[in-house]
Amino acid sequence: MSDLVAHQFDDLEQQTEADTLGMWTFLATEVLFFGGMICGYCVYRLLYFPAWHEGSLIVDNFRWLGVSSGAWNTAVLLTSSLTVAMGVRAAKMGDNQFLAKMLVLTLLLGIAFLAIKAAEYTHEYHEGVVPGYSLFHPDEEISGDLRQAAANSQIAENTLRHEFQLFWVFYFFMTGVHALHMVIGVGLFTYLLIEARRGRFTPKKHAPVEIMGLYWHFVDLVWIFLLPLLYLVR
Amino acid sequence: MATISYIPEYAAPETYLNTRHTVASWLLTKDHKRIAILFMVSITVLFAVGGTAAVIMRLQLLTPHSTLVEAETYNKLFTLHGIVMVFFFLVPSIPATLGNFLVPLMIGARDLAFPRINLLSWYLYITGASLTITCLILGGADTGWTFYTPYSSSFSNTHVVLAITGVFIAGFSSILTGLNFIVTIHKMRCPGMTWFRLPLFIWSMYATSIIFVLATPVLAITLALVCLERILGVGIFDPNLGGDPILFQHLFWFYSHPAVYIMILPGLGVISELVTCYSRKAPFGYSFIAMASLAIAILGFLVWAHHMFIAGISIYGGIVFSILSFMVAIPSAIKVFNWTATLYKGSIQLDTPMLYALGFIGLFTIGGLTGLFLATLGIDMHVHDTYFVIAHFHYIMVGGAVMAYMGGLHFWWPKITGKLYPEWWGRIAALILFFGFNLTFFPQFLLGYLGMPRRYYAYAPEFQVYNVMSTAGASILAVGYLLPLGYLLWSLRWGRTAGPNPFKAAGLEWTTASPPPPDNFEETPVAGEPYNYHEMDFSDV
Repeated sequence: MSDLVAHQFDDLEQQTEADTLGMWTFLATEVLFFGGMICGYCVYRLLYFPAWHEGSLIVDNFRWLGVSSGAWNTAVLLTSSLTVAMGVRAAKMGDNQFLAKMLVLTLLLGIAFLAIKAAEYTHEYHEGVVPGYSLFHPDEEISGDLRQAAANSQIAENTLRHEFQLFWVFYFFMTGVHALHMVIGVGLFTYLLIEARRGRFTPKKHAPVEIMGLYWHFVDLVWIFLLPLLYLVR
Repeated sequence: MATISYIPEYAAPETYLNTRHTVASWLLTKDHKRIAILFMVSITVLFAVGGTAAVIMRLQLLTPHSTLVEAETYNKLFTLHGIVMVFFFLVPSIPATLGNFLVPLMIGARDLAFPRINLLSWYLYITGASLTITCLILGGADTGWTFYTPYSSSFSNTHVVLAITGVFIAGFSSILTGLNFIVTIHKMRCPGMTWFRLPLFIWSMYATSIIFVLATPVLAITLALVCLERILGVGIFDPNLGGDPILFQHLFWFYSHPAVYIMILPGLGVISELVTCYSRKAPFGYSFIAMASLAIAILGFLVWAHHMFIAGISIYGGIVFSILSFMVAIPSAIKVFNWTATLYKGSIQLDTPMLYALGFIGLFTIGGLTGLFLATLGIDMHVHDTYFVIAHFHYIMVGGAVMAYMGGLHFWWPKITGKLYPEWWGRIAALILFFGFNLTFFPQFLLGYLGMPRRYYAYAPEFQVYNVMSTAGASILAVGYLLPLGYLLWSLRWGRTAGPNPFKAAGLEWTTASPPPPDNFEETPVAGEPYNYHEMDFSDV
């Protein structure tokens, strides 16, 4: 038995299959993890339509070159999934050099995503919509748009304000947990990059790259759900 | 002394216990058998903590207006009892101890698929448990184990965040255990071990793992939201600030009802093993018992709102959830009928594990049937939040899950330690537990039906006689738990050596040495038909 195979497995094939199934099982957990959040989001979206409409408008008004940051991030993330897929193929062929290049690209794209997200968060902080903001600015007046929305929907201003804040709780929680997954992914890809630079992957042993690829595609897929829920739905 | 070159010495065979002796070799072990022992010790400590809280509560309830503890303390006690017993004892009890030990042995594998993750699972458990104990030392929490909002998020002045963080972290321990079992059962079965040759215990572990993986993350996210609400003062579940407390209840019970099946399904698996061994017969309707486990796991995801019949859900929602809850009775009844049919014409031997198994079947039936009362909308209106509910779920959780754990612990004790427990003491303890349990909890059905609400530190004087019975029962129950603790520890040193298969049981785990060698089997076993009791020779038993 070679040292590639842990003692509990009979052969490399069994080990690879087990590792892959392990990641799929973990992703099943993750689906329910995000599913709980998305469920809560949908309930409040239906309950508090006018206030959440105002929230969506603010999320979507942060633009660069006339295109919403959500769209930029989607482009960045989808491209990174492409580079990961190409990296997995390189690992399967044992081409560590090309794999390393793809991993560097993936890392850059992942960091770009996080940077755009950080810029958005900064913008939203200055808009005064971050949950807990009112703890530090208790005298903040309710903003003009919100007052207008309250008048239009005939909901008491204070109620609308609470509902509006709820939108931001979910916005920051969902994007925050997603960003946390991105940060973990960036960390793990850095580890893979070091391994690839050492030429560790061979056509026989490429499972770590493939499994990390699954994770990254999943994080990408979560974003594909967050984008319409947070940016596109009005 | 260079002249002594050879000392003749009896070489004990290498087992997982004697292979290394350092503390580090235990705390950094990746052997599933050692990790099972780490879990066993930890959950026993936590069981003692939760049990102590229960004892104080029962003493408080001995008289209608006792001043043993104050109202606030009483609230903290039942919260502590609930959190510790549910999240730190019942959920990990059978899966993390017996499951951890037996899953690889029963399917003929050398270890679980991910030994490091298995160890991580124990460390997560210990971290969660430490936070909960810290919370207790700092003064505890008083929300009840359900953390209902807005009380838990906006009103309670106790250490709710600490308690929630503990439960949150322990949740990941469960997820990792479930993940490990699923992968192991799928990918690491030995030659000949087809799906329908798996021991029924493995089927129940598989069903439990599915719930671990799919339900626990929802609890994690819900508790994270409660923490966020409490820390930031935003109203996710607080109606004053626009939140919806019913949403919290939906999300909470989406985990916590399946969690009930996390606690009982492993017990059902243990009982299937015990009943077949001690009636010397293959199980009646193997595939029905196996599939009933999966059916319970799946249906368990569809019944959560029966905890919320009076919380303001719609009557149509109530009717649907009531019907779905009734459907859980079908696979549960299949199991009870099949165990009973297995006993029929078997050569029944009333050893300690079998006493627990028979006790389990009776208590589980009572617990299950009273569950049907609660699934009925009209009756639930009457008995909701009374001692009827307490009695019902203790019949399932203690009469079911804990009895099964005790039975399984005795049954596999020789495999785990290599020593036999004293049979006479075992039988006595099993009978004491059965008697103490019924005396504790049967009066609570009556109390609940008469209208005594749960979670109160005082009660109307006419309820006293039942409360005295219950407290008396609890003290007998305490003896019943202390006895096995004593004689099992005693057997570690003075127990008779067990040998590979002291009970003449079928199953791969009995084909290897007791205690097993570090890699479980000398050579990879080949599995034949399970439960081949009809081919075995019992003339010397």
